[in-house]
Amino acid sequence: MLSFLAVICVVFLLIVIVQISKILESLGVLKGEEEAQESSNKLNGGLLFVFIILSFYLIYWSIKKYSPEFLPESASIHGVWIDQLFNITLLITGVVFILTEFLLFYFAWKYRGNRKKKALHYVDNHRLELLWTVIPAITLTVLVGFGAVRWYEITSQPPDNVTWIEITGRQFEWMPRYPGVDGVFGKRMVEYIDDGTGNKLGIDTTDINSEDDFLPTEIHLVVNQPVAFKIRSRDVLHSFYLPHFRVKMDAVPGIPTQFWFTPTKTSAQMAKDVGKPDFVYELACAELCGASHSNMRLEVFVDTQEEYDEWEKQQTSWYSSFMGLDKEDDADAEQLEEAADQKEDNDEGEEIEITETNGNVEENNVISMLQND
Amino acid sequence: MATENPQVVTETEEHVHEESHYHPKLSFIRKYVFSMDHKTIAKQFLITGIFWGVIGGLMSMVFRLKLGFPDDSFPFLQSILGSWAPEGDLKPEFYNALITIHGTVLVFFVLTAGLSGTFANLLIPLQVGARDMASPFLNMMSYWFFFLASVVMFSSLFLPQGPASPGWTVYPPQSALPQASPGSGAGMTYWLVSMALFIFSALLGGLNYIVTILNMRTKGMSMARLPLTIWAFLVTAILGVLSFPVLLSASVLLIFDRGMGTSFFLSDIYIAGEALRTSTGEILSGGSPILFQHLFWFLGHPEVYIIILPAMGIVSEVLAVNARKPIFGYRAMVGSLLAIGFLSFVVWAHHMFVTGMNPFIGSVFMLLTLIIAVPSAIKVFNWVTTLWKGNIRLTPAMLFSIGFVSTFIAGGLTGLFLGNPAIDIQLHDTYFIVAHFHIVMALSAIFGMFAGIYHWFPKMFGRMMNKNLGYLHFFLTIVCAYGVFWPMHYIGMAGVPRRYFEFSNFQAFGGFADLNQFITVAAIIGFTAQFLFIINFFYSIFHGRKATMNPWKSVTIEWTTPIKTGHGNWPGEIPEVHRWAYDYSKNGDSENDFIPQTTPVSADEIEPEH
Ligand code: HEM
Ligand SMILES: [Cu+2]
Ligand SMILES: [Cu+2]
Ligand SMILES: [Cu+2]
Repeated sequence: MLSFLAVICVVFLLIVIVQISKILESLGVLKGEEEAQESSNKLNGGLLFVFIILSFYLIYWSIKKYSPEFLPESASIHGVWIDQLFNITLLITGVVFILTEFLLFYFAWKYRGNRKKKALHYVDNHRLELLWTVIPAITLTVLVGFGAVRWYEITSQPPDNVTWIEITGRQFEWMPRYPGVDGVFGKRMVEYIDDGTGNKLGIDTTDINSEDDFLPTEIHLVVNQPVAFKIRSRDVLHSFYLPHFRVKMDAVPGIPTQFWFTPTKTSAQMAKDVGKPDFVYELACAELCGASHSNMRLEVFVDTQEEYDEWEKQQTSWYSSFMGLDKEDDADAEQLEEAADQKEDNDEGEEIEITETNGNVEENNVISMLQND
Repeated sequence: MATENPQVVTETEEHVHEESHYHPKLSFIRKYVFSMDHKTIAKQFLITGIFWGVIGGLMSMVFRLKLGFPDDSFPFLQSILGSWAPEGDLKPEFYNALITIHGTVLVFFVLTAGLSGTFANLLIPLQVGARDMASPFLNMMSYWFFFLASVVMFSSLFLPQGPASPGWTVYPPQSALPQASPGSGAGMTYWLVSMALFIFSALLGGLNYIVTILNMRTKGMSMARLPLTIWAFLVTAILGVLSFPVLLSASVLLIFDRGMGTSFFLSDIYIAGEALRTSTGEILSGGSPILFQHLFWFLGHPEVYIIILPAMGIVSEVLAVNARKPIFGYRAMVGSLLAIGFLSFVVWAHHMFVTGMNPFIGSVFMLLTLIIAVPSAIKVFNWVTTLWKGNIRLTPAMLFSIGFVSTFIAGGLTGLFLGNPAIDIQLHDTYFIVAHFHIVMALSAIFGMFAGIYHWFPKMFGRMMNKNLGYLHFFLTIVCAYGVFWPMHYIGMAGVPRRYFEFSNFQAFGGFADLNQFITVAAIIGFTAQFLFIINFFYSIFHGRKATMNPWKSVTIEWTTPIKTGHGNWPGEIPEVHRWAYDYSKNGDSENDFIPQTTPVSADEIEPEH
């Protein structure tokens, strides 16, 4: 009923406006077309000028109000670079914007038509045109230069001490996988995926490297420690998006992608910095993937090394729960973990590669563990 | 007119005689429905475009209501949308369907067919001095293919599973797999069929435009004397002819993937409880969804210039006529059109910076993308200089042209952020993108379209639109449009992703309820204001003030045709052209400050370049 009334009101308003405009038009014709145009030049020119001045003020006001939310506090090394680039570009474009918009609307008002005046027949000025070809070209070269340097740095190969995490998207969930203490992921095959049994990633259970992989329900990172994500999708496109770390990379079925970065602020630190005690880093999906695209959320925590170790200890390997090992005998799980701890010590300083073919790290160790069972 | 002097018509162009408007024998159907007159076809494109504009606009109202007032339900929605919005709560699947169809119809049906279909058809023969298009028949087919495409797209709205819903970019695998979303079934099939028909339409139209411009110019109309509108339509048509087939090929491959078990775009997929397999039982693999994106954007980027170039042409023309000045730097304007046209083919992958592309390739596309800003900047400076020391008539068309320049500056500048891949990592697929492309398309290109309609309405219908309504329409539109899209930059800078049905699931994205509400209110007012235009348009067709022959005191030759222009355009011989299209304020007083293109150069007059 209310909406019906609203529609009636709007229609009525439109009719009134149309009628008034018609009357004004006939009055204008009476006055003489030229003269009517002249007075509307005056009015419209004034309005245009008022519009741009008011707009400038509103832009200033709204930026003051909302700028604390722009580019949320960045929490990675390259995030700061991106913000710098953004701000340089904002500065340059801002100056150009104000200048050109002002001149445009100012001219429209200043040179509003008048029967007594005549326009200047001004056809060309090559020097002027050269000027405003060269200046933008130089400015853009600078932007391209800075941009390229940072882009190459951001997309470079990860450093040797990087930790790998795998993240897989599916409708509508992010599924992280950690390689466990051996630092090597177990093989995955689409053939093995089976939502019924719970092998959501298609992990090859015969691959020894899969024994200690664990699949947590949240992501934990170590502060100031470079981390690389191997990003995959199981069904449609998704996009791995960590707004506070300035990370975004599409998840493409059949073609794994990757992104590495270094988080610089623990969750606790960030909560303090932004003044929100309940602050939490979030992983979102940035590529339209279906009905629940806006609901693919996972929480991300940046820990100190100690916190991280503590958390990692609590994780049970996917293999053991998939095979039902953890339920049979609690001792087994503990044993696994102990062995894992030991192995971690051994692994220290060793270079770990991610490739799926690299399956022979500490193979014997794991096999002997299995035999114990 | 012709009836008084049929001899001349027959002598100059045989076929014109047969079809001439001046012969009352033509049946209603031939004259208004299956017409081969480029002017009628232009009106058909325009009115179909307006229809789609209203439909697309209404769709945006529905999803803006959801975004602005996420906690309210609107029972009246159920009466319009039925099961899409049970109890007035929009379902997320249909939210996705709405944004998909909204984007598709506005980009292709309104801003491609409605804009270049209308004005290329109307203006090319009239401004180059031809009796009609090179092939009036293909031209008619172009409209009817578009009409069929429209019918198919419109009927997809009534499918039980709803229309296509993977976004206007229809990225596979979602668009390839009916299991992925309800709209990926029949809805997607309709979408593809509709687009295929649309591409035929665009190609038939485009080829005609090119041939007409190159071959059918009247005596004296050298390329350097063409108004910038025609240059813009020429470059637009070339872009369309070269790039639309690529979208067609992408669509065909997608159809194969959907129905014939191929895997051009599919690889290693497990969906709806099973892995996709070939007919022999192996896992479907080897395809690349990224390939589709390359094919799509190889059209998609030129497409955005197919949208903006005609608007640039129209605006250049309207600015010059109403500033009573020559367009500043005609050669640079033509050169920058050509440069933009060429460059628009080599920047497509800037839409794909974060798909995992090789970083080197990313940097090449960054370089090429930012180079496009140079010719764009030249155009802007030249438009502004055209106003300088003018004697400006602020007609509705002129207001919209100034609005065009303003919005094009705003939208072009945000392109500089996005073209920089490092910055794009953060901004890609956020509201910043939404703001960027709506400012250049929903504002600039639409403003160009309005400018064209207000300016050439007298030529189309022999009557004037009401100016006062036009003024009001302009100011309400520009205020609301900036009100809608300016704050979206802020939301985007805060990192809020686009195509989100709701923001409240995320701590990081949920904080902009006030801005979203403001945007929705501005959108509703702005949309309602468009009815001022629609009423004005349809009312003036029948009851507007009678136009004079050259109401804007323009120099171009379309205004030398009779007010009620018949098929064949000029009752007598086609006039000869003696000068370029911008001799404003060259001599005479302010009453007589223009020299039509048809006026011979007088002995004591220096015509420097053209
Ligand atoms: C100086 C000129 C311009 C530059 C440098 C530029 C740059 C870009 C870039 C890099 C993107 C991709 C952003 C992303 O998805 O992450 C983009 C998106 C887009 N631009 Fe522009 N642009 C410019 C002008 C225009 C114009 C004139 C139009 C149309 C009339 C336009 C329409 C679009 C559209 C439609 C999209 C987004 C499509 C989508 O993802 O749905 N742009 N632009
Ligand atoms: Cu997703
Ligand atoms: Cu998504
Ligand atoms: Cu583009």
